[in-house]
Amino acid sequence: MTDMSPKLQPVMRMQNLDKVYPNGTVALKNLFLDVHPGEFVSLLGPSGCGKSTALKIAAGLAEHSAGRIQRPGEDEAKGIRARAGEIGFVFQEPNLMPWLSVFDNVYLPLKLAGLSRTDAAADVAAILETVGLAGFHDSYPRELSGGMKMRVSIARALVTKPKLLLMDEPFAALDEITRNKISQDLLELWQATGSTVIFVTHSVFESVFLSNRIVVMAARPGRIIGEIGVDAPYPRDASFRLTQDYAAHCRDVSGLLTRAMES
Amino acid sequence: MADETAALPETPQKRLVERPSRLTTVLRETGPTVAAGLAFVLIWEISVHALGVSKFVLPPPSMIVVSMVGDFPYLMKALAYTAGITVAAFAAAVVSGILGGLLLTQHKDVERMLWPYAIALQVTPMVAIAPLVIIWVGLDRVWLGLMILAWLVAFFPMLANTVQGLKSADRGLQDVMTLYQASRWQRFRHLQLPAALPYILTGARISSSLAVIGGVVAEFVAGSGSSTGLAWVIVESGTMLDVPRMFAALFILSIFGLAIWWLTSMVQARLLSRWHESELGGER
Ligand SMILES: Nc1ncnc2c1ncn2[C@@H]1O[C@H](COP(=O)(O)OP(=O)(O)OP(=O)(O)O)[C@@H](O)[C@H]1O
Ligand SMILES: [Mg+2]
Repeated sequence: MTDMSPKLQPVMRMQNLDKVYPNGTVALKNLFLDVHPGEFVSLLGPSGCGKSTALKIAAGLAEHSAGRIQRPGEDEAKGIRARAGEIGFVFQEPNLMPWLSVFDNVYLPLKLAGLSRTDAAADVAAILETVGLAGFHDSYPRELSGGMKMRVSIARALVTKPKLLLMDEPFAALDEITRNKISQDLLELWQATGSTVIFVTHSVFESVFLSNRIVVMAARPGRIIGEIGVDAPYPRDASFRLTQDYAAHCRDVSGLLTRAMES
Repeated sequence: MADETAALPETPQKRLVERPSRLTTVLRETGPTVAAGLAFVLIWEISVHALGVSKFVLPPPSMIVVSMVGDFPYLMKALAYTAGITVAAFAAAVVSGILGGLLLTQHKDVERMLWPYAIALQVTPMVAIAPLVIIWVGLDRVWLGLMILAWLVAFFPMLANTVQGLKSADRGLQDVMTLYQASRWQRFRHLQLPAALPYILTGARISSSLAVIGGVVAEFVAGSGSSTGLAWVIVESGTMLDVPRMFAALFILSIFGLAIWWLTSMVQARLLSRWHESELGGER
């Protein structure tokens, strides 16, 4: 029998993924995760449950020990590696080159891909405009606030128009006011670009506000213990935080997280 | 109940940003230095006369100036010789130190192979190998021996700083390069090299003053008649008991050392101007 439903091919597929660090730590065990085009998925779990590890493997920054992974644009059977720029990564720290201006930091991925500065200028300017840094092309990272640095980092991740955007607790170091503002901007950006996001966070509230699917992980060994869909429509703004729906989802996710901590 | 309409006492209004003129800045920066120097020279002059110190022990500054003016061409020729050797040795140390650092960081095995010998070179006292080097190059080419000796002293800080700098690139920034599949050359050009630059420049500053010291000590060791640099002027004047000229040569040597230090600092400030903490002058 063939499946008749118009199923979209997942952007990222992890099957039975294991990760054992050289020192013997089992960071991930039998991880299954499919992420579909246009989704905003949050990975939520206690500290040390392997969220960063999963994301690094997804980005190709770490090797997995066993299992299979399918990245966007990658075809293991044909031996095709993912192209640089198919995946964007926003790290917990902004990770900007201190010797490059804001413009040149965002230009860097395109430069590494061989694009000249003049050819890239329009794209770089456009993405800086989108993240609200139009007037800061010539500033250096040290001249920016924490929130602005994070915006530069997001712009750099988006400038290659990636199929998949990975974010590892990107707003953890920001104050609440900045975090709320930037979260909302991120949602707008995500909708405008139609990209797919995997977002790692510690915060139940942040995950409910942002995502349409929340995947909860437990530690030792790192594994997925459940997931919760958030079907509230987008665009979501600050008023969403005041709804019954939001509160109910927060309660559900908290419950699942508590189970993750106990297991 | 507090009266909320009561005005606070007036405080004198400050200009938001005080931007002093260039002249004021220069005066503020150099004024105290010059004043301290002048005061020192003045006290020296007065005490030498007041206490009746012999000019063979400590000549007054005025006498040193007279000697400096009188022997000016002779002293300048000596300076040119010393400066030539120092600058050449320094340039060689910079080039070889950076190239050596690149070589050592290529592979862990290369480092294991060569690093201990680099340290051995560093801990062997230069004075001890100086006679050997002078013999090797031959007495008719003492300048080459001096240059090699000064280079030997100046080389190591350059090498060590380059190695440390090339290894210092931040992990997070390396991840960015890996994510975008940067080639080995791109990684070097866009991450390792700029990250190493502050270390390399610090190495160059240390190495520049060591080159001066190395050049002078080598000249002392090389000894009589074989050289014509400032160190030799000091030795020669000493044997002739021309103490004012000794001091004159000494001052010129210090000023030369300062000039080199200042020059390398300028280059450092220029290259790191906007991004590196060390050049932001405590501005927050
Ligand atoms: N390089 C490494 N070598 C050995 N063990 C590691 C390494 N990196 C992570 N681990 C271990 O793997 C497990 C998962 O780590 P990971 O950083 O993925 O957790 P996390 O869920 O991101 O935690 P947090 O929320 O605190 O960031 C932890 O037990 C950690 O100690
Ligand atoms: Mg983490």
